[in-house]
Amino acid sequence: MSSVDTHVDARSAYVHIPFCSLVCPYCDFAVVAGADHMIDRYADALASEIRMSPTWGPLDSVYFGGGTPSHVPPSVLGRILSTLESHHGLRAGAEISLEANPEDFSEDRAVELSRYGFNRVSFGAQSFDGAVLEALGRRHGPEQIMTSVAAARSAGMPSVSVDLIFGTPLETDQSWDQSLQKVIEASPDHVSCYALTVEPGTPLNRAVIAGASAPDPDVQADRYEMAEASLEVAGYHRYEVSNWCRPGHECRYNLTVWAQGQYEAYGNGAHRFKDGVRSRNLRRLDAYLSEVEAGRSPIAGAEPVTGWDTEIDRLFVGLRRSAGVSDGPGVQSLIGSPEGRLLHEAGVIEMSGDRLVVRRPLLTDEVHRAVLGLEAPPGWVERPTADNVC
Amino acid sequence: MTTQARIRNFSIIAHIDHGKSTLADRLLERTGAVSERDMREQVLDTMDLERERGITIKAQTVRLLHVGEDGGEYVLNLIDTPGHVDFSYEVSRSLAACEGALLLIDAAQGVQAQTLANAYLAIDAGLEVIPAINKIDLVAADPERVAGEIGNILGGSPDDIVRISAKTGVGVDELLQRLVEQVPPPAGDPKAPLRALVFDSYYDAYRGVVCYIRVVDGRLASGQRIRLMATGESHDASEIGVLTPSAKPVADLEAGEVGYLITGVKEIDRIKVGDTLTDAIRPATDPLPGYSEPKPMVFSGLFPTDGDDFERLREALEKLRLNDASLVYEPESSRALGFGFRCGFLGLLHMEIVRERLEREYDLDLVATAPSVAYRVTMPNGSVREIKSPQDLPDSGSLAGVAEPYVKIMILSPTEFVGPIMELVTIHRGEIGNMSYLGPERVELDCEIPLAEIVFGFFDQLKSRTRGYASLDYEPAGYREADLVKVDILLNGQPVDAFSAIVHKDKAQEYGKSMTTRLRSLIPRQLFDVPIQAAIGGRMISRETVKAKRKDVIAKCYGGDVTRKKKLLQKQKEGKKRMKMVGSVEVPQEAFVAALRVDDDQ
Repeated sequence: MSSVDTHVDARSAYVHIPFCSLVCPYCDFAVVAGADHMIDRYADALASEIRMSPTWGPLDSVYFGGGTPSHVPPSVLGRILSTLESHHGLRAGAEISLEANPEDFSEDRAVELSRYGFNRVSFGAQSFDGAVLEALGRRHGPEQIMTSVAAARSAGMPSVSVDLIFGTPLETDQSWDQSLQKVIEASPDHVSCYALTVEPGTPLNRAVIAGASAPDPDVQADRYEMAEASLEVAGYHRYEVSNWCRPGHECRYNLTVWAQGQYEAYGNGAHRFKDGVRSRNLRRLDAYLSEVEAGRSPIAGAEPVTGWDTEIDRLFVGLRRSAGVSDGPGVQSLIGSPEGRLLHEAGVIEMSGDRLVVRRPLLTDEVHRAVLGLEAPPGWVERPTADNVC
Repeated sequence: MTTQARIRNFSIIAHIDHGKSTLADRLLERTGAVSERDMREQVLDTMDLERERGITIKAQTVRLLHVGEDGGEYVLNLIDTPGHVDFSYEVSRSLAACEGALLLIDAAQGVQAQTLANAYLAIDAGLEVIPAINKIDLVAADPERVAGEIGNILGGSPDDIVRISAKTGVGVDELLQRLVEQVPPPAGDPKAPLRALVFDSYYDAYRGVVCYIRVVDGRLASGQRIRLMATGESHDASEIGVLTPSAKPVADLEAGEVGYLITGVKEIDRIKVGDTLTDAIRPATDPLPGYSEPKPMVFSGLFPTDGDDFERLREALEKLRLNDASLVYEPESSRALGFGFRCGFLGLLHMEIVRERLEREYDLDLVATAPSVAYRVTMPNGSVREIKSPQDLPDSGSLAGVAEPYVKIMILSPTEFVGPIMELVTIHRGEIGNMSYLGPERVELDCEIPLAEIVFGFFDQLKSRTRGYASLDYEPAGYREADLVKVDILLNGQPVDAFSAIVHKDKAQEYGKSMTTRLRSLIPRQLFDVPIQAAIGGRMISRETVKAKRKDVIAKCYGGDVTRKKKLLQKQKEGKKRMKMVGSVEVPQEAFVAALRVDDDQ
């Protein structure tokens, strides 16, 4: 078993913090701006939801995502984390991440967050090009990224990550190259580079429909290749389609997801995978609050993943990793299918030892579509797992 | 029985939308055949498509009782005709069952090419043609101008033409009286051996084939043993009757009468439209004139998008053929499209109707290849072969010559558009023949043109060049030798049979360029570069490339996204199912009809 696959046995939890000062035009997450008066009420609801869930632990990693977790006072975050700890327990050395906006961050805050137990911070930096930041509706400048990373460092945060978005129409090859050089200069432990995506229902989508220029996939491919080249040279290795890090700084919460491990989730719009079921909470904040406050489950929908689907699902989440997935009936079925043969011929997928890997990560969706259509080979029987052997 | 003196057999000839069905409804109402309460609009158009498109595909017939001004009761047999040129054989058979025809012209639109073509058919068949100007209630109506046009065609005084509104009923009674006075009664010999014309037929799931017949000579009795003179088959007349419009069995039908016949035959092509019925024991010596086999003019390959639907397509075609003896098809296999059928149609409208019925009534998802015509290929040994599919055309080295079908087209248009029309005809290798004026502002242009040039897009181009005012009709005009070549299209180096086309040598270069350009924009980017080439024989005449796709990946996929991303990708995958794999290239269905749209660029 490759080290990435060991995370299948990890226990993780996701906590959703929907609050933001303003909603960015490209964002399609379950977020809310101008609702700061509801933060305490929401934190109480989270605590109730945690206590309502079956105890399960100790947790190997916890991820506070959003929204903007850093928009919420650290004491509130600390309270939620301690509820989690008292309900499930935390394993010694567990990874406790939170997402933060550079403008919310200072050394004092970093110190306070460390005290509550947070040991990994991921900054939504997005770009070092002022014009691009403005186009993305961000409220920070390039220099604030540098200071917030430095603040996290001097507060002794053990792992620091920076998110970038590339391919915004205003961006040029030159400005993207500069963003890459700046991020390397800031020297985080982990870098995520995301192609700007026009999601349905967002203000960005409406602008594009009204005639604003949309990101060009070929330009984005160029920018991705630039990122890959610069980051590799600076000592960051890519371990997933959009994620690079220094050795040992992979995000363990995400590794759990990609290894088809289980994770609990709390908050509006949060998704979990537990006991073979993928389920999600109510997305609307008010709906979530009223259910939880009435002592009812906020789960809005669930899909059991069983039998052959479990194998499909393993490939689906696992193939985004550079390490790919270990051999198995799904892998055999893929490489034997017409689509799989075509993908192999085009150099998109390849067997590397006993693992199937995606060599052209920019075409991962092609692989995924092929995977979703795979049928169980004749005579396939589900292998008993530890869970269903008594 | 009714004496022939009291019978009037007539058709209504009208352009689409000129009000034929509305007039028929009004006649039914006035003669009490259908009470006003039971009236639903356009009683005679029963097929959904007919109602929707406002056209008549299958002729219907109805017997009306009318008290004339002389106080006597008359039997008026209204024999409906299909309005479209594709069905001109069927029209000619319906007309052959009549002594008169109502020529119905829209008071605003005036004479149209199809009406004129059918009016000429009626005149040639020796029918008494009674013109009537309809829709005089319209604001845009200009009955004086239209009367002038009709006068120029039929002769006679424009003032004598009856003006009606089928919608409001104005003038309908006068029209009925003219029918009685002007249409001659039938003049068959009641004592001669039976001769009856089969002028239409349809398939009924319970009764089998139902024929519409006109008794010309003699008498047909229920139970009589009859013989069909063209096929030589004999059957029993198990039921005969008249249509009121509901079927009403009668004991016999005399010379001059119109009715239906049921023999128990289940296969529609065993009783041919145009055939002559006679008595099996005392047969007539000569059949009625005018019988011929309808001949398909236009061919297209129909392939199910999902190969598993092949059997369903076969069953659907079989069912359609039960009611449409002119539809022909044979299995065809294409490397690109798999198994399907090469279908022959009477014309473009016929093709469109069949395709639409297959998709709508039989819920089939079809890929149709570009319509083509039947070429005649002369082999070096002098033998002649008919080629219905471009992929069957031998290499130019192994044939002595190719001939293509021509049609005579008649275009009616306001005079101001003559220039653009002539240009259009010339672009399509047509030759301008006669030009004659129907009035100071309307002109009739007669041209000869290769059928292949008008099978797609020509009519739309004509409409756009004349702001919709021109109308068109065509009839076969034999075959002519031409310098034709087969242009192949290669995807990724492999020729794709479904894209091959036979075009004139002078147009091959342009055609190749236009096809490759269009395909480049229609074929999505794939995992590798896809070259698209056009070639004649082994010689490349055009090349384009669909560049390989570089980025197709969701930027983020974390715990919260797994189910959603799966759904998104699953949906994209469903979309891909509508693509055909041609070799290793995914080709969208639209690409297969791309050839059709090449003309639009001109």
